[in-house]
Order: sequence, then C-alpha cells, then structure tokens
Amino acid sequence: MNIVVLIKPTPDITKVKFDIEKGTVNRASTNLEINPFDLYAIEVAKRIKKLFGGTIVSISMAPPQAEVALRDALARGVDRAILLSDRRFAGADTLATSYTLASAIRKLGSFDIILCGEKSVDGDTAHVGPEVAELLRVPHASFVTQVSRFDKDRIVVESDYGDAYYEIELRLPALVALSRPLMFLGETVEPSIPKVGDVLRARRAKIEVWSADDLKDVADLNRLGILGSPTRVVKSYYALESGREAKVVRGIEGVSTVLQALKELGVL
Amino acid sequence: MSWSGVAVYVENYGRGPSKASFELLGKAREIAAKIGGFVHAIVLLDKEVEKCADVLVAYGADEVIVYRVEDRELPNLLIHKCSLVDAIKQLMPKLVLFPATPWGRSLAPRVAASIGAGLTADCLDVYVDDSGDIVQVRPAFTGNIIAHIKTITHPVMTTVRPGVFPVPKPDFSRKGRVIEKVLNSNMCPSAKEGYRVLGLSREKKVRIQEARVIVSIGRGVKSREDIKLFEELAKELGAQLACSKPLVDAGWMEKDFQVGFSGNIVKPKVYIALGISGAPQHIAGMKDSDFVISVNTDPSAPIARYSNIFVVGDMYEFAKKLLDAVRTLKGVGN
Ligand SMILES: Cc1cc2nc3c(=O)[nH]c(=O)nc-3n(C[C@H](O)[C@H](O)[C@H](O)COP(=O)(O)OP(=O)(O)OC[C@H]3O[C@@H](n4cnc5c(N)ncnc54)[C@H](O)[C@@H]3O)c2cc1C
Ligand SMILES: Cc1cc2nc3c(=O)[nH]c(=O)nc-3n(C[C@H](O)[C@H](O)[C@H](O)COP(=O)(O)OP(=O)(O)OC[C@H]3O[C@@H](n4cnc5c(N)ncnc54)[C@H](O)[C@@H]3O)c2cc1C
Repeated sequence: MNIVVLIKPTPDITKVKFDIEKGTVNRASTNLEINPFDLYAIEVAKRIKKLFGGTIVSISMAPPQAEVALRDALARGVDRAILLSDRRFAGADTLATSYTLASAIRKLGSFDIILCGEKSVDGDTAHVGPEVAELLRVPHASFVTQVSRFDKDRIVVESDYGDAYYEIELRLPALVALSRPLMFLGETVEPSIPKVGDVLRARRAKIEVWSADDLKDVADLNRLGILGSPTRVVKSYYALESGREAKVVRGIEGVSTVLQALKELGVL
Repeated sequence: MSWSGVAVYVENYGRGPSKASFELLGKAREIAAKIGGFVHAIVLLDKEVEKCADVLVAYGADEVIVYRVEDRELPNLLIHKCSLVDAIKQLMPKLVLFPATPWGRSLAPRVAASIGAGLTADCLDVYVDDSGDIVQVRPAFTGNIIAHIKTITHPVMTTVRPGVFPVPKPDFSRKGRVIEKVLNSNMCPSAKEGYRVLGLSREKKVRIQEARVIVSIGRGVKSREDIKLFEELAKELGAQLACSKPLVDAGWMEKDFQVGFSGNIVKPKVYIALGISGAPQHIAGMKDSDFVISVNTDPSAPIARYSNIFVVGDMYEFAKKLLDAVRTLKGVGN
C-alpha cells in the first residue's frame, strides 16, 4: 500500500500566547508540533502498513522551522517526510494549501490512501481533507470515528454527519479525515510515544524539502500561496475576553446564591 | 448573466430540512435585501417535492431548485457535490451558504475545490459592509481569535455555525418558484461506486447543543461511580449532563457529551461547570452561554473569568447540598 499522511505543523495550542491587541499569534511563544489530530493519522497509517506492507510518506506545507515536527513524525513511524517550503507557498488559504498538497501527491505518483486530521488547531477549517480529495478526484469521508473494514480495494468507515453516524464504503484510492476517539478494526487508536532509539534515528534522518519549482511539472504556479487564495483575513482580534464579572461566593453561601439565581433564571 | 443573489444549501437527510437550513434562509433574505437578487434554496429530495418547496418558500426562498434522488436518507456526498456544482454554475449566486454541521463541513469544501471558489469555515456572522462587500466572521485558533474574512472571487462561499441565526417566522402566503432538475450520470461519474452509504451506524445519544440548562463536569470528578451524583443533580434541575474532554479520554463519558473545541459548541441559558478549570479549548465551547455558574476548589481557576457566579468550594459538597435544597424546594425532600 502507498500510504500518504498529511501532517500540519501547528503551534502547541495549550502553550501558545496571543497578541491581545493585534489579535494574532505570537509565533515565538511556542514551537511547531504535529497537529494533535494528525497523530491519529500516523497511527492508522502504521496499522495499515502492518496489514498490507508498503510505505508511509508524510507531506507538510510549512516554514523551515517545522523540521522538528517532521522529525517527530519520522520517529513515530513515517518512512519518508516531505516538507513543502517556499516563500511562494506563503499566505495560502485552504484552496491554495490543498492545491499545493494535491500537486505534491501527484508528483509522488500513485497512492492507495491519504490520511489526514479532521481539522487543525490553528486554522481550524476542516477544509483541507475534502479539498485535496476533490482536486485528486477521489472519494473521501470526514469526521471519521471508525475504520471497520480495510480491504485492498475498498474500506468501510463510520463518519459523523451531525445528526447521527453513518457507515460508508469508499473505493480506494480515497482520503479519510480522522476524528477522535477513534477505532481501527475494533481497537481503540491512541498515539503512542516514540521509542528513544527511533527518536535518535529520526534526528539523523533526511527530510526532503520541495520548493515551488519542484512542483512546476504538476502545478500551475499561479495557484500557489497568496496568488491562488481567494479568501483574505481583513481583521482579527482576541476572542476570549469575556466581559463577565463573576460574583465570588464560598462554601454554603454558594449554594444559596446559586439557588436564588436558578429561581430568577427560571430554571427552578 | 452576472453574479447575484444568495443560494442556501438545504440539509435534508433527516426527518426533513434541518433547523440550521431555516436559519440560513432567514439570513439569506437579510443579505439579499442589501446585495440584490433572489434567495435560492437548493435541495435534494426523493418525494413530496411541492410540500417541501412550500415550506422553504415560507421560510424565505424565492426559488427552490430540486434535484431528485432515490436515497434522500442515505445521502451520497459525491452526488450532493455534483448537484451543488451544477446549481451554482447555473444560478451564479454571489453568496452560497451551507450549515456548518459535520455534513456541511465535509460537503462545502468539495464543492469549493471543484469550482475553485474561496470558502470560509464555521462562521458566527455574515454581513455586508459599507463598501458593499460580504464579510464573514469566524473563530480560529481553537476559538482564541476571531477573524473577519473577505472573498475576492465569485461566488463567496460560507459555512455557518448552527444556532447563531434565529429561525425566521414562516410566511405561508409567500410565493416562489420550483425548478426540478435531473442529474444525469455522466455529470457525476462513478459517484455511486466511489462512495456508498451502507446505512445508519449509530444514533446520537444526546444533543447537548439543544439543551437549555447544562450541568457540566470535569476532572474534579474522582471516579466513574461519582458521576451518578451529578447526573442526579442534572435530572433534578431539568438539565442536560455534559463534560470536559478528560472524562471522555478516560472513557467515563461518551464524546457526544463533550463541550469544547473538539466536542460540541453549546449556548444554553445556564451553564453550570463543576470541577472544570477553564482551558481555552473548553471555553471555546461554552463562552456564549447566557449565564455561567462554576464551582472550583481553586480560587484562581481561569473559568472564574467566564462566570457570572463563581463558587469557591468542593463540587461534591456543592452538588449534595444543592440537590437537597432543590428537593426541599420542590417538596419531595425530607
Ligand atoms: C485566523 C485565520 C482564519 C482563517 N480562515 C480561513 C477560512 O475560513 N478559509 C480558508 O480557506 N482559509 C482560512 N485560513 C487559512 C488556513 O488556515 C490555511 O490555509 C491553512 O494552511 C490550512 O487550513 P487549516 O489549518 O484550516 O487546515 P484544516 O483543513 O483544518 O486541516 C485538516 C487536516 O489537513 C491537513 N493539513 C492542513 N494543512 C496542512 C498543511 N499545511 N500541510 C500538511 N497537511 C495539512 C492536516 O492533516 C490537518 O489535520 C485562515 C487563517 C487564519 C490565520
Ligand atoms: C487539540 C485540543 C483540543 C481540545 N479540545 C477540548 C474540548 O473540546 N473540550 C475540553 O474540555 N477540553 C479540550 N481540550 C483539553 C483542554 O486543554 C484541557 O486539558 C481540559 O479542558 C481540562 O479539563 P478539566 O478542566 O476538566 O480538567 P483540569 O484542567 O484538570 O481541571 C480540573 C479542575 O477541577 C478542580 N477541582 C478538582 N477537584 C475539585 C473538587 N473536588 N471540587 C471542585 N473543583 C475541583 C481543579 O481545581 C481544576 O480547576 C483540548 C486540548 C487540545 C490540545
């Protein structure tokens, strides 16, 4: 099986600091790590490889400092890590990002399955999986909570539609965007911690860096980066200012205050 | 022909058009009044076309575009995509709205990529600014940042979070047009072989987004058995039980109960957080609640900043005493 994993290097969202005035992320406040949902994609890739053999190639579009995250991916079991890094990729919205990733996959040649995360912790759109699938003209399922069958030419997954979960059969090649909690053939999938030996090996491993020129046989360079992006962020601000001023109460007084409030709010 | 009006994708795989679809029709009317043009509703249907179209017109559609399918209740994503691409090419709407349900968020990007359009995700608002441009407002960075986004090409495509716009009042005297379309198989090759819905796999046990009152528990809970106490409290308050992520990770609660960035976004009248610290990923899921009550042993817990009442104390003691008090009040206690 030729397995492709899309890995987005993202800031550690539990540590990252925000510039409250500007409404932007302070990029220096934390390193880039593997988007938490993408860890599940790596884990599923390993299980597929165990069943069918093959190789796991990861593709990431990110600035050069994402290398640390890619070494982590190699330590976790990815065979080959490709970093798409070039000024011309900068400013990409999801359409341009997906076009770039799809072009890189085309350049790789044939694939059987593409695995990615349900969404990223920074951009948080959940667009990239479905858009890559459309650009490569393969079926996809998003918000996948279970892979219940995996054959050479087709798979069965469970996907969250919103009102309920549905069972879907996809013909391979296909793309699957993974959610959590996640099951693979009846077993719960959890990211495992890489072994020390693997971490050391990954430190010396090669990371292939591709520039826009490397894609010129498979891509229209005008569709990359900001040139290929129809959406523009025109303004942003910090959202977690609450404006609430809590009434602080202690112990037993808390119960009577809450009881009173619940009566006033019409709960009781 | 030039780009004009607003198209709404009507999500219709359940018992009928989803509530979120009606919310979008209301918003579409408001925007069409500013940018001009019709409100089109695009829907895939198996039968009772007229009945459904009448409802969509009553909620704000001027024109209902119907694609006939046999398997409405087992929707094929690729067929929905092909229908929308076909409809957008013919209608040329300035703006296309989708509900930001998981289904809508899986479908809309495929449509956008197919026609090369820009798409803005999970919006909390859509408005027309002074220069007549459509502006889309959305949270990003797990809810930490709000961004205003413009799309510089046509059409503008947006998924809108369910529940942020009100359902408009239906007006059954409104008149509209119905256009029935047939999708021929060469417009959507290999959709049926590529993607097959085998059936409903699991119903959702709860829909915490719809609850008016929520009792939400976090890592302050010490064991699985203890959950019963808080379940009882929720029941007595007529509230829905919910939780933070660690309880789902521990396998004590199911994902459908989780509030937050990777769970459900809720907006109840009253949100009662017990033993929850208030991490940004949790806050992102509940900060728009009307009234927030939290209980925490740690007076410096961040959730205090998002609360109307902050009780410094033990959640167990609080729950037992409140339970007693409520029962006494209702006259069933001792
Ligand atoms: C505040 C803000 C708001 C934004 N809003 C929008 C918007 O509404 N619409 C829009 O088109 N763009 C938007 N963008 C741009 C968008 O964040 C980027 O295009 C981003 O590179 C990809 O989108 P995502 O992070 O949302 O990925 P998602 O679609 O959420 O990611 C899903 C999965 O796709 C894979 N993936 C995503 N990106 C990469 C990558 N670079 N390399 C490898 N794999 C990847 C991963 O497996 C990931 O788990 C916004 C950016 C900012 C800063
Ligand atoms: C990508 C990503 C997505 C995430 N998505 C979500 C999400 O959707 N939802 C979510 O909730 N989290 C999410 N998280 C996790 C989040 O960062 C926090 O780890 C989590 O919200 C913490 O849950 P908690 O408040 O219950 O636990 P803790 O942070 O451990 O807080 C427990 C609190 O209970 C208090 N406490 C302890 N004992 C008692 C007692 N007896 N009485 C009263 N108070 C007591 C403590 O003082 C503390 O404040 C996500 C994280 C990541 C990285």
